[in-house]
Amino acid sequence: MEALEILFTASFWVAAIRIASPLIFATMGELICERAGVLNLGIEGIMTAGAFAGWFTVYSGGDLWTGVAVAALAGAMFGALHATLTVPLGLSQHVVGIGITLLATSLTYFVYRLVLPEVTSPPRIEPFRPFAVPYLSDIPLIGPALFNQTPLTYLAFITVGLVAWVLYRTPLGLAVRAAGENPAAVEAQGMSVTAIRMGAVMVGSALMAVGGAFLTMSAFSSFFFEMVNGRGWVCIALVVFGSWRPGKALLGAILFAAFDAYQIRLQQVAEGIPYQLFLMMPYVLSILALIVMSRRASYPKALMVPYQKGER
Amino acid sequence: MPETVLNLSSITKRFGALVANDAINLRLAKGEVVALLGENGAGKTTLMNILFGHYVADEGSIEAFGQPLPPGDPKAALQAGIGMVHQHFTLADNMSVLENIVLGTQSKWSWRLDRAAAVARIRKLSSDFGLAIDPLAPVSSLAVGERQRVEILKALYRDARILILDEPTAVLTPQETEALFATLRKLVAEGLSIIFISHKLNEVMAVSERVLVLRGGWLVGERRTAETTRQELAALMVGQDVKMPEPRPASPGEPLLVFENVSTGQRSGGSRLQNLSFELRAGAITGLAGVSGNGQGAIAALIAGVERPASGRIIVSGREIGDWSPRAALSAGIARIPEDRHAVGSIADMSVAENVVAERYREKPFSRRGVMDWAKAHEFASRLIADYDVKCPSPDTRIRLLSGGNMQKLILGRALDPDPIVILANQPTRGLDVGAVAYVHGKLLEARDRGAAVLLISEDLDEVLALSDTVIVAYQGQISMPSKRGERSVAELGELMAGHGIGEAA
Repeated sequence: MEALEILFTASFWVAAIRIASPLIFATMGELICERAGVLNLGIEGIMTAGAFAGWFTVYSGGDLWTGVAVAALAGAMFGALHATLTVPLGLSQHVVGIGITLLATSLTYFVYRLVLPEVTSPPRIEPFRPFAVPYLSDIPLIGPALFNQTPLTYLAFITVGLVAWVLYRTPLGLAVRAAGENPAAVEAQGMSVTAIRMGAVMVGSALMAVGGAFLTMSAFSSFFFEMVNGRGWVCIALVVFGSWRPGKALLGAILFAAFDAYQIRLQQVAEGIPYQLFLMMPYVLSILALIVMSRRASYPKALMVPYQKGER
Repeated sequence: MPETVLNLSSITKRFGALVANDAINLRLAKGEVVALLGENGAGKTTLMNILFGHYVADEGSIEAFGQPLPPGDPKAALQAGIGMVHQHFTLADNMSVLENIVLGTQSKWSWRLDRAAAVARIRKLSSDFGLAIDPLAPVSSLAVGERQRVEILKALYRDARILILDEPTAVLTPQETEALFATLRKLVAEGLSIIFISHKLNEVMAVSERVLVLRGGWLVGERRTAETTRQELAALMVGQDVKMPEPRPASPGEPLLVFENVSTGQRSGGSRLQNLSFELRAGAITGLAGVSGNGQGAIAALIAGVERPASGRIIVSGREIGDWSPRAALSAGIARIPEDRHAVGSIADMSVAENVVAERYREKPFSRRGVMDWAKAHEFASRLIADYDVKCPSPDTRIRLLSGGNMQKLILGRALDPDPIVILANQPTRGLDVGAVAYVHGKLLEARDRGAAVLLISEDLDEVLALSDTVIVAYQGQISMPSKRGERSVAELGELMAGHGIGEAA
């Protein structure tokens, strides 16, 4: 019974939303890239780079929001590298993406060692503090979960709305979606597929990096190796789970995070079961959810198809 | 003299050693329909892609409405009022008609897409020009003819004054073609100018005022449509007089393939067959006419062995077929010329040699004890290339590099070489130029005279009438009574194609 009671504690939902926040940023980033037709497997490395860039800015005396901006910039730069290789040069998106992940991760660790050669325990910064929205945070259960979080979490939710608006309500979003569906249609209407795709990958990568920065600047207060820990790969699955739609992807991110928060608590309640089984739970459940959800998903038709102008 | 809206001067374009356009001049006047006629590979599409900025010409210049048009810039072409309906549509299937049309027409940095105004504008354009379409429907739900209307609307929405249509009727039924021509006449009445690219003579004669004929990248002739004839245009296009083969009277023999009360299950795309009976006799060509999607696909799939009947019997050379599969069909002596030579008939990135043994690679002499004998495959390919007059550098050439006509000749050779007893020819000449059509017809007649039973499935009624000894018409999974050559008029067949008189008696 204790196992069920967990679901009705505010702390569980607070944790779920906190765990979801970096996933939401990075999932939106990946979604933008894929909607434009580019699979960005650099996500894991870009999140690592963002986590470090944001944290180090603050550690070196920068403002917290400056840290977020620097993280986004670092992400956009890796995005620019990814896009240059995959869009105008048309290289394999798989290979480039994995390469970017390896490069960004190693480069981050290398820079960390360069700037902090002496440290043994990771140094700390003063991270974002939770901000309780007046009145709304007093609602039982939902209040603390949704309205007593750090500003970055609020920004994550705002980002979802913004991405959805841009994709479905603006001419720019229409162009991005068309680039992922049929780039020839975009060019026939007098627009540059290259510019649209490169822009989308850079913006998407910036969001991924902000997701990484959430880890060091909101969830924890220091940077350590392996801290992204596969979250990027989870986000790739979440995009599929959400059928490339921002709202559904948001739901998926919260669902995954809730599983994760739940298994941590379940470990303390249930005895005699190896804790590794609980650790597996969110992943097993997301695979199951993915099977159910993605069977009728209609993916962007030109995803992973390089476009070369005037090809015969 | 009406005002000139478009002027192309000495356009030259080379792809490596190939000269696709050689110093071509074209002048288009306001309210004029100019047809660009030529065989596949004559350079029509290349010329139009240069005009629209997809390619950059090596030499020459373009003026639209008196202003020079910068090369290689589709945006400039659109702004100059040039709209293009590509042969292969450039539509995003998962998006709505509206989204496809407004794509790129509103400022990229605007915060809102103005849907209501766009819908109103599209509705007005569609009613003005007879282009019925639901702006909110997803493109994936539209038939081919409707998709073409979306392409035309895309151009009109941008206030195009010059419309280029690249092989617009290749994918249309005769009725849809008529509707398209009606739309074009309305557009011309509004003062638009149209370039109509085609290799179909009767359409060029029906729709254009002036004809430019291209051959091998050269402009070989220019005629006023009223002052020329189909024969003259055909000769210009091909470079010599084309003689369509004249069939001798047939002497039908034994039935080689019989359908007895054959029905199929529900199919996606195309009608299911209901209690179908017919026979194909040795030494005769049976033509199956009808608008596409009325059961031709199911009949072809059954004969080719790709599908099995849900009920009823198929009898080949007197034996009822039991375990039916494509391999069983081949070994029973059935040759297949598939409807879509690119998707089904060939493997684009494999060589000519690999493609021509695709149906026989397991047999001697092409393989021995499970090991391919590529020397034999090459020999076979070289022989087909020579015998079937295929323009192709070597058996190692990837088949995607061949033109449609040459690819079809290879597929024809592959099918006819083993002397099949039944030949399934599904749209054997779709998209081919006059010379290639005559060639394919000749070969089918030869096979008939050798004693094969041929089923010719075609949406082109002229083709069916020219070749068939017996004609049947398919409508919604049922077929008409067969008629002998010359028994039914074109009008009567048209009535049957519309479903009058089929299945009503039964």
